[in-house]
Parts: sequence; C-alpha cells; structure tokens
Amino acid sequence: MVTTLLDARHIAAQVPDPELPMLTLADLGVLRDVEVTEDGTVVASLTPTYSGCPAMAEMRADVAARLRDAGYARVEIRTVLDPPWTSDWITPAGRRKLAEHGIAPPGPAPRAGGPVALVLSPTRHAVTCPRCGSADTEETSRFAATSCKALWRCRACREPFEYVKEI
Amino acid sequence: MSDDHVYMTLAEGHEDDTRWAYGTGFEDPLHGVDTTVPEGVDAAELAAVCVALADDALVSAQRLAEWITRAPELEEEVALANIGLDLLGQARLLYSRAGQADGTGRDEDAYAYFRDAGDFRNVRLAELPCGDFAFSIVRLLVLSSWRLAHFERLASHPDPVLAAIATKGVKELAYHRQYAAEWAVRLGDGTDESHRRMRRAQEQVAPYIGELFTAYDVRDEVVADIRQVTAAAGLPMPVYRPLPGSGRDGEHTEHLAPLLTELQGIARAHPEATW
Repeated sequence: MVTTLLDARHIAAQVPDPELPMLTLADLGVLRDVEVTEDGTVVASLTPTYSGCPAMAEMRADVAARLRDAGYARVEIRTVLDPPWTSDWITPAGRRKLAEHGIAPPGPAPRAGGPVALVLSPTRHAVTCPRCGSADTEETSRFAATSCKALWRCRACREPFEYVKEI
Repeated sequence: MSDDHVYMTLAEGHEDDTRWAYGTGFEDPLHGVDTTVPEGVDAAELAAVCVALADDALVSAQRLAEWITRAPELEEEVALANIGLDLLGQARLLYSRAGQADGTGRDEDAYAYFRDAGDFRNVRLAELPCGDFAFSIVRLLVLSSWRLAHFERLASHPDPVLAAIATKGVKELAYHRQYAAEWAVRLGDGTDESHRRMRRAQEQVAPYIGELFTAYDVRDEVVADIRQVTAAAGLPMPVYRPLPGSGRDGEHTEHLAPLLTELQGIARAHPEATW
C-alpha cells in the first residue's frame, strides 16, 4: 500500500486526458493540486479547460479510480474554478506530445483582465504545421471536435490538422 | 478500460457508472468549491442573477443545437454546437450556484427540467426560433456581445463563485462574439441576397435588444461592438424600438414553451431516471 503524498501526486499526474489521451492531466495543466489530509484522505483538485467540457466527469472518475486502485481508501476530487484554466498551463512535455501526435500546440494566451477588444481586421497568426513544419498554414474553423481545438490546414503539405486554441 | 483510444473509451461500459454525455443526475459541477455566500452579498439577489444568466445560456444552447445537421457547412455546425456546449457548461455552474444561494439546495436538473416557461428568466431574444442563418448570426452577435461585457463586470462581483464563473466565461464568450462578428461582416458585405437577409435579421432582432439592458448597464460596450461590426459589414445600425414586457419578468413569447417541452420531455416522463 502506498501512503506518501509523493506517490499520490505521481499517480494522479499520470492519468491520461480522456479527449487528448497522449497527454496526462498534469501535462494538460488541469490537475491543480494533490494533498493528503491528516485523516489520510487524498484530495485531488481539477479545473475544467472550458465551462462545458464534457470530459470533466470522466476525469474526476479516472483520477479517483487510479488512486483507489493504488490503495488509497479515501479519495476526494474537488473542482477549482479560480484561476481559470489557460492553455499556458500545458507543460513543455505536453506541447511536445501534442506535436508528435499531429496536433499543433497553442501559442501564448492573450493577457487576461480588462475588456477583450473585438478585432475584425485579418490577424496574422503563425501556426506551424505539425506534420511538415511549414509555416504556410491557414485556419479553416475556430471550432473543432473538442472545445479546446481549432481546425487548420497546411498549404505546403495539404494536410488538415488540429490546433489547441489559446485561452 | 483502455485509455489509449478515446472512441474505445467512449464505447466501453464503465464499471463505476461514469457517463460521458449529457443527461440527468450528474455530480454537482461546483463539487468541492467553497459555496459560502459572503457577508454583504444579498443571497436572493445573487440567486436571481445566476438564474437569469443560466436561463439565457440554456435556452441559447438549445437553439444552437438545433443547427446540428441543418447548418450551411459542417464546420459551422461544429462551431455552433461548440458555442452551445460552452453555454450549457456556464448554465450548469450558474444553476448550481443559484440553488446554493437561494437556500433551496435545488440542483441543476431541478432548474433545467422541472420549471415551467413562466419561471424562466431568459430574455426573449434567446428563445425566438432559429430562423435563417443570418438571423442566428445577428442574434448570436447581440447575445454574445452583451454577455461578454456583462461577464467582464461580473468578474469583480463580491461573490467569489459567480466572479470565477464569469472570469472563466469571458474567455469563451470572446470566441463566440468573434465568430458571430466575422460571419456578420461576411454576410453583410457579401452578396445582395446575404445582405438582404442580414438587413431583415437586424429588423427582427432589434425590438428584443432593449430587454438586455436592465442591470449592470453595459449598453455602451454592446453598442460599440455592433457599430464596429455594422460599419465593417456595410449594414445600418439597428433602429431601437423596444417591445413592452420582459423575459426577465417571466413574460415570454409563444416559442419558449415548445422549446422546453422538447428539452424537458424525457426528464418529466421519467422523473426518477438518470441517464
């Protein structure tokens, strides 16, 4: 039976994301904290990427199941909303894994706070094709199969690819 | 359970009874959040604010979902569904907060499935039928522009839970407004037919805009957004001719009840069931 905080952290951090299974929840930055209380309860805190992320229930259940399987009898999964998730929390390892799986990682997130300006002029936004490395790419849709991604295509290798949006 | 393929994961049964998609009886989306209502915050008022914003979001999400299989292109369908999903998530958080604040302890299902049209506090603009794509775009532009400006103010609300929900929502709403604004420009500045449809949509939406500006006046921000978009789209500013009555007081059009019948049908036919 495992009992240390380090073990609990390690186990929770290894749980894969249900929608981007090449990433762990730690890679994605949604696992915010793991602690062991005095009575031995493991408390893991998760934050949703988007308010409507349908994978949250799955993530909670997966983390709880892994910790229980590892021998922790009392497990509690908490939701934290503040501060809100930002794509900047995707770790360097997470970004590398995304690119290896054909998904372009996000650039730096826009600065939070203050009114968000509406910009109608075309903005140049350089996204590198994860397949051939060309910068000659274009957005086809800002929304894709999951909340956190957009659809792009490469004009050099002609392949479509997904791209994790900055928020 | 295999973790290496998302579709396999979805298709497999879950021993722990975890469910992926939407239904009833989900765990409170605010589980583990400190839900104390701070001193100095009027709990009844907080609950009312949360319900109105949740109702706007739930009803909008339902209308946006109606576009699935009907949008001009697959990409637009995916976009509208994603926007609806964000709003549904915001609604769930806000209903949970409302139930804690008003002392009834009602959960999200109680608000979404077991209230009648007269209990809903959404603006009437949200419940109007989808119309054509132009109407849905003009409506989305107005609603997302208002909601974004409103959430930016709510981000400093004295209730930390509502403030956190709003802070998170701002990031999502910026994408919604951007999507609607770009389509409004494309259609307004497009063909004669798309321009004509946009003009008609503006006329249809205009009478319902005034209802949004009750609390936390963000009229200036919304008008500035619409002015920027109409200028780029070659469209006139909508003429402001407000209708009497307000969805915020539970006065709705004849379109809300049929929408709720569809949304609530299964939950009411099987009130003990979870799916």
